[in-house]
Amino acid sequence: MSSLLKIENLHVGVDGTQILKGVNLEIRPGEVHALMGPNGSGKSTLAYALAGHPKYEITDGSIQIDGVNLVELDANERARMGIFLALQYPVTIPGVKVADFLRHAVSNVRNPARKEGEGLVAMREFRKEIKQEMEALGMDLAFARRYLNDGFSGGEKKRMEILQLAMLKPKFAILDETDSGLDTDAVNVVSEGINRLTGPDMGVLIITHHERLLEFNRPQFTHVMLAGRIVETGDAQLAHDLHADGYTVVRERHPDVAAEEEAAKAAKEEAVAV
Amino acid sequence: MNSTAVDTSLIAGFGQDAFDRFIESRDEPGWVVDARRRAFLTLQEKLNAPLDQEEWKRVDLRSFRPSQYALQRNDSVSEFKTLMADRTNFAGNVAQVDGRNHVEQLDAALAAKGVVFCDLSTAVREHVEIVQQYFMTNAVRPDADRFTAWHAAFWTGGNVLFVPRGVEIEQPLHSLIGLSAAGAADLSHTLVVLEDGASATLLEETASATNDNSGLHIGAVELLLGREARLRYVQLQNWNQRTYHIAHQTGRVGADASLQWTVGGLGARLAHIHQDVKLDGRGSNAEVNGVTFATDRQLISYYTQQSHNSPDTRSDLLYKQVLRDRARVIWRGMIRVERDAQKTDGYQRSDALMLSDTCRNDSIPGLEIEADDVRCTHGATAGRVDDEQVFYCMSRGLSRYEAMHMIVDGFFQLVYDRIPVEVVRETLSQAVERKLGIGD
Repeated sequence: MSSLLKIENLHVGVDGTQILKGVNLEIRPGEVHALMGPNGSGKSTLAYALAGHPKYEITDGSIQIDGVNLVELDANERARMGIFLALQYPVTIPGVKVADFLRHAVSNVRNPARKEGEGLVAMREFRKEIKQEMEALGMDLAFARRYLNDGFSGGEKKRMEILQLAMLKPKFAILDETDSGLDTDAVNVVSEGINRLTGPDMGVLIITHHERLLEFNRPQFTHVMLAGRIVETGDAQLAHDLHADGYTVVRERHPDVAAEEEAAKAAKEEAVAV
Repeated sequence: MNSTAVDTSLIAGFGQDAFDRFIESRDEPGWVVDARRRAFLTLQEKLNAPLDQEEWKRVDLRSFRPSQYALQRNDSVSEFKTLMADRTNFAGNVAQVDGRNHVEQLDAALAAKGVVFCDLSTAVREHVEIVQQYFMTNAVRPDADRFTAWHAAFWTGGNVLFVPRGVEIEQPLHSLIGLSAAGAADLSHTLVVLEDGASATLLEETASATNDNSGLHIGAVELLLGREARLRYVQLQNWNQRTYHIAHQTGRVGADASLQWTVGGLGARLAHIHQDVKLDGRGSNAEVNGVTFATDRQLISYYTQQSHNSPDTRSDLLYKQVLRDRARVIWRGMIRVERDAQKTDGYQRSDALMLSDTCRNDSIPGLEIEADDVRCTHGATAGRVDDEQVFYCMSRGLSRYEAMHMIVDGFFQLVYDRIPVEVVRETLSQAVERKLGIGD
């Protein structure tokens, strides 16, 4: 299966402020891309804009899967086309059991034409599958009956995201700081999980500050974002260097963009002061 | 608002002539007729007295015209699509439509043990002692207000469940109160008496035969639990949106007895329920659950009181209310602890989930505590569906509608978790599903 997620000249605004200013990126199944950059450079904005969060307004450019433009599609339609976003801070949905939630999700994603109220995936197979995946992630099976993220620790929430990834088997997975706030053991579990799921059928975009996740999931491509643009693309070595040296060198190499970053920061501070 | 003024229009539909005709048509024993006549006199007094301000001041009764309803004398439709009836095997069934009994059935083995489950109109002939001792004597009194007096004078039927000492009924019993003809009035009564150590589950539902016919229900519920008795009682109010529902409901719980009481408020144009839970016996326990889903222009109002009259008593009330469109839900709750009711543990909480900008929720908890060694807590929350929750669901492939459905169902789930009867959870969940479909 050769599929292509193509992001072209993507401009995204939030509450009237332009955050992404022309992002270009192509991801194919089987590829691992790392997206790095200082805080506020627009990494999470890209993730949310790809997933279709209504707050992130696409003002120009396109997001395409195999030539189909996703820009006008709702988040659920994008999910059904194969986009998955693992959230940095997954929300809690009290009273909704993990298994029920996932059974609906899986039914929709595997049968994109499914309408509300139509049949769900068979219970027997679903149970078997979720059990397998939970065991592989070292999760207590009791989690399937718990309410989604309700009372979960940070590590448990992240594992829940990976479980959903495993069940939904998207074409393109975006992991937004899935390793943040985790201790080393939890990072290992999550990393192994992602590594196990990454294969020829899934392309991955990993947004991270940590090396650890990238050690397990060695990226073929590393992209550096600064002030809403991807300013550099390299291989795994670039990620390693950035982690060791920080973004000063990148800013020095791109003085114009760095100046833009400064200006945006100053404007934001001024707005807060007012 | 003019809700406490004298409502003279009541006289037209339920006045002296109507009352005389009604008495004539019933052909009841003299003591029943006497009780009705006393209640009719009380009604005249009560019509001239204002309603309790605290209970009624938030309920706008201006659109309520009692003269538009009348007692039905002809047989009406008896075929009803109900939410519960076909879901499980019941140990007994009582059903009435437009105030007339249609079904009266009880498992023979239970009848042999002395269990009574029948229409109130049957009971006043065949189970005189039960009715004389318990019917509107110490739970819902005819002179409480104009609606209880109205009910006591004009009650049309209802169901009586009597479980003798020590008899435990495993299977639930089912009761249906239906309205069918346009402008029909139902004044049915629910009387449940559990003697010491008895146990039972009664699932009651109200339903309309059509979506369009207007209807009126002036009801009363009395739940009387002896020592160590256990009762689960569910009333699922599912009238159409042209029905007015006003009911006075009281549970009295004996020593070490346990009452689990669940009210579902889905239907009605206007519903007002006065719900009293009285913890009379030492060590008595009551759990009160409420599931309300109000849409369109519905007004659903609850006036709840948890009265702790003895030491070591426990009450726990949890109401979950979902509102949409221009609906309004009112909850006025009170925990009252008498001076002698030490070591009381009282809890009340109402959570409202608002699905539109135009709905309105009033939640007013309250405590009145005379004892000095008690634990009483209360709370009320109101909030909107979180956009981030909806996005999270949608990013996993759920449609917006499906996401809302899940979130609303999840909101109610916390009440379902307290209800151990599968059929009730299923029924409520399906009713919610149907309701979500309207207007979307």
